[in-house]
Amino acid sequence: MKEETLNIKPMETRGFRQFNLKKKLRISESLIQGLLFFAGILSIFVTVAIVYELGKEALLFFNDPDVTLGKFFGTTKWQPGIGQYGIWALVSATLTTSSIAILIALPLGLASAVYLSEYATQKMRSILKPILEILAGIPTVVYGYFALLFVTPILKTIFKDGIQVYNMLSAGLVMGIMILPLIASMSEDALSAVPRALREGAYAMGATKLETSLQVVVPAALSGIGAAVIVGISRAVGETMIVAVAAGAGPNFSFNLLDAAETMTGHIARISGGDLSYNSIDYTSLFAIALMLFLVTLVLNLISQWVVNKFREQYE
Amino acid sequence: MSEQNQNYPEGSAFYSELRKRYLTATIWQTLFLSALVIAIISLTALIYNVLDGAFGYVAYDYKNDPAEFTSTPIHELTKEELLTILKAELSSGAYNKLDNEKKMEDRSQSDLYILFLERLVQIDTKATWSMTDSLTRGDEIRAEVAEKYPDAELEFRSWLTPQFLTTPMSSKAEFAGVRTAVLGSLWLVGIAILFALPVGVGAAVYLQEYAPHNWLTNIIQTNINNLAGVPSIVYGMLGLAVFVRVMESFTSGAMFGVTDSNGRTVLSAGLTMGILVLPLMIINAQEAIKAVPDSLRQAAFGVGATRWQTIWHHVLPNALPGIMTGSILAISRTLGETAPLIVVGASTFISLDPDSPFSKFTALPIQIYQWTTRPQAEFHSIAASAIVVLLVLLLSLNATAILLRNRTQRKW
Amino acid sequence: MENNNYAIETNDLSIHYGSFTAVKGVNMKVERQKITAIIGPSGCGKSTLLRAFNRMNDFVPSCHVTGELLLDNQNLYSKDIDPVEVRRKIGMVFQKPNPFPKSIYENIAWGARINGFKGKMDELVEQSLRSAALWDEVKDKLQQSAYALSGGQQQRLCIARTIAIQPEIILMDEPASALDPISTLRIEELMQELKKNYTIIIVTHNMQQAARASDYTAMMMIDDQRAGGVIEFDATKTIFTRPGDKRTEDYVTGRFG
Ligand SMILES: Nc1ncnc2c1ncn2[C@@H]1O[C@H](COP(=O)(O)OP(=O)(O)OP(=O)(O)O)[C@@H](O)[C@H]1O
Ligand SMILES: [Mg+2]
Repeated sequence: MKEETLNIKPMETRGFRQFNLKKKLRISESLIQGLLFFAGILSIFVTVAIVYELGKEALLFFNDPDVTLGKFFGTTKWQPGIGQYGIWALVSATLTTSSIAILIALPLGLASAVYLSEYATQKMRSILKPILEILAGIPTVVYGYFALLFVTPILKTIFKDGIQVYNMLSAGLVMGIMILPLIASMSEDALSAVPRALREGAYAMGATKLETSLQVVVPAALSGIGAAVIVGISRAVGETMIVAVAAGAGPNFSFNLLDAAETMTGHIARISGGDLSYNSIDYTSLFAIALMLFLVTLVLNLISQWVVNKFREQYE
Repeated sequence: MSEQNQNYPEGSAFYSELRKRYLTATIWQTLFLSALVIAIISLTALIYNVLDGAFGYVAYDYKNDPAEFTSTPIHELTKEELLTILKAELSSGAYNKLDNEKKMEDRSQSDLYILFLERLVQIDTKATWSMTDSLTRGDEIRAEVAEKYPDAELEFRSWLTPQFLTTPMSSKAEFAGVRTAVLGSLWLVGIAILFALPVGVGAAVYLQEYAPHNWLTNIIQTNINNLAGVPSIVYGMLGLAVFVRVMESFTSGAMFGVTDSNGRTVLSAGLTMGILVLPLMIINAQEAIKAVPDSLRQAAFGVGATRWQTIWHHVLPNALPGIMTGSILAISRTLGETAPLIVVGASTFISLDPDSPFSKFTALPIQIYQWTTRPQAEFHSIAASAIVVLLVLLLSLNATAILLRNRTQRKW
Repeated sequence: MENNNYAIETNDLSIHYGSFTAVKGVNMKVERQKITAIIGPSGCGKSTLLRAFNRMNDFVPSCHVTGELLLDNQNLYSKDIDPVEVRRKIGMVFQKPNPFPKSIYENIAWGARINGFKGKMDELVEQSLRSAALWDEVKDKLQQSAYALSGGQQQRLCIARTIAIQPEIILMDEPASALDPISTLRIEELMQELKKNYTIIIVTHNMQQAARASDYTAMMMIDDQRAGGVIEFDATKTIFTRPGDKRTEDYVTGRFG
């Protein structure tokens, strides 16, 4: 090395390679970019695979000469093994349990969100939010245990013989508790996204905190809250373990909360858990149900995303 | 102006009106808070319910009187004594079979003791009581047992024991453990993360650092958000169709010379879980990468770094805590998901440790599901114990995540 | 190679964000080993122009450049030019100090290492820090985090980091705007020292700074389409004493808008 005092002279190449501005082939750089692109695009393949596999088997199901769309959507008994294809036997239970769940989770979740975002002190939030997070992190099979062995016995003491051991009410109630944290946290995000100026505007006109919250903030966050509800519904429709454990094991076209009935998801879980031979009508029928589930939740999710994006733009 | 003012209450009228408004406000605030209180009560009830099942009185008797085998009180039997008894009393076929699974001499005293109870005296559970009942109605229970099962012994038992963690499945609740299930869950986590972590981070890096703003990127992003909301059981169906059926020769290990196995292996289930947690992984990694300030990238580019050098040396290290948090969430999800495992075909009864990706498997939540849906109360007790194991696992994972989050506060 | 006196020449250089032209028709010849200041009101495209010089605008997806930017008679925007190499040859110091969240030593060593430096790293670190007039302050804590330094020290570290990769030209975008007067003065002194070996282009809002520190000054201004352009480019002395354009005069004397 040269004996230099302070400065490093530019354009000298001590230890450096020579300048050459011409484009270099950076093979590893392009290779990595290619790999990353593949990782990014893989999620598209997953969706395509879902649609293709579910669609293919579902098509086999609907191509069976015995199965008609009329029977599928027009009758209420489901037992593919003996030629009964009325999907309503399963949809009724899905609708019932999901409705109970939303009826529980919406008011509770929304109220929690309003409290957390408008009323709670920093300290309260630091206690309350983790509780909701824990609730959200409990595996659904544990909620199933809770429904069957805690909620159902309590309902039993209330309704006595009026209620069956497996029933939609218990499953729906517990599902509501499961969805509560989801609705609460999404709604809270929507509420806290409402600009401070809007609240201050209301306070400056002499409104109380409640009036501000309910008449200014909540309406302003309505679309975000709507998105939360839609995601909640989608989660309820797709939930499996609670209903598989607590709602009943057998299709039953009934909207009576105290009856046992099997949801679409519960049915898939029960039938696929046994020994299934591929290409049987039992096997393909499960894919038809799964395809319906996928499409319903897809539409719900798309709507909620669209709503959230619209909502976000509103304040930007 | 003054005419306008008369439309508003004035003076005391205003104050009484205001007081009413405040009262309403207080009532509503209480209502809001009570929603959270309900959430807290639910959580408490759930935890109580689980613990209530995991401890309590058990009434049991022995099919064969222990005195037939030994004169020592059974609690004091040493390993050597147990070995002699087992050797003498078990049929030689049964003994050799056990010896083949694991050398009898190598087994611990407690293992042998369990074998002794299970195979020879054949313990038989008559009734179980919840913790609450056991604590509050002890006398009644003792009276009831004395009357109904005069031969039975009554014992306050914790169903959750060290043995519960180390023994494999058994058809009798008293001897069943979660060893196989825990190992199965660990295999699932390993396979799922091995797949989802590199792919998820890769996708996130692509989307945040490389992807042009065009329709394709938009579709990928929307698609990922949607995949995150697809019901888990649908992933199970995908796994069943693709991994179990189409790729059977790979997932069963036939391709690698493994025989007598079908596609319902821990590999199929792990990959299914990997795909299931992939969107979660991507979204979290994206958030973490987004949080790395642009000035850092500019600094790196400014000294002549290539894009990948910038990402590898600066973006990823700084996004690491967020990526780890995302991984922990993914692990938690893998540990807790049940439905896809049922669909992909977890084994209902298996007592062999999974020892390769091509093993049959069971998992903790599968065991919980099966034990919960059994009619016998003692199975509910071990389901509760398994839930405690699962929840403790999940809680410690999440505590780690929170620690990570707090320890690596933003530097900028 | 013909030895020309100019480090950078622009030929009708225009910079667009999508359909919006932010900088239009710039023709400049930046002399070697001189300090050239770019001044002008906020939003007139100073940063945009400066970032175009070392292709930092490549990272703004909507941004594209027309015209020519010549360095040693090569158009830096021609297809066969490697932007990474360009940035290695034309270093940049940003408005807000942005050291890497690593040790002081690593901050300097990293750029050298990725550029294939094969000499003695310790020496390079020391020399760079000395050149940035930071050595005495940090020599005892080279392994400490750069985030523990003051803003002014951080900015000098960023300059040291740039020097370490031995560029020809150093671009500085308001390097002292986040600093107190003393730190600002130190940076200015440093620039005088550095110009013995480097060509420096600096964007500044501070008229005194431009007048004090620079040899040449480019005055930028937006036209009625909001597109910025260099309205006058001359020796600093001329710009500040006998400006050719009325708008320049208004601006440098503070009578502007
Ligand atoms: N990333 C970008 N995308 C679109 N437009 C941009 C972007 N960056 C800058 N612009 C626009 O280009 C014009 C010039 O911006 P620039 O930042 O170069 O101004 P400036 O002279 O550096 O201002 P200041 O003195 O405030 O730093 C502005 O109208 C600005 O809105
Ligand atoms: Mg600027």
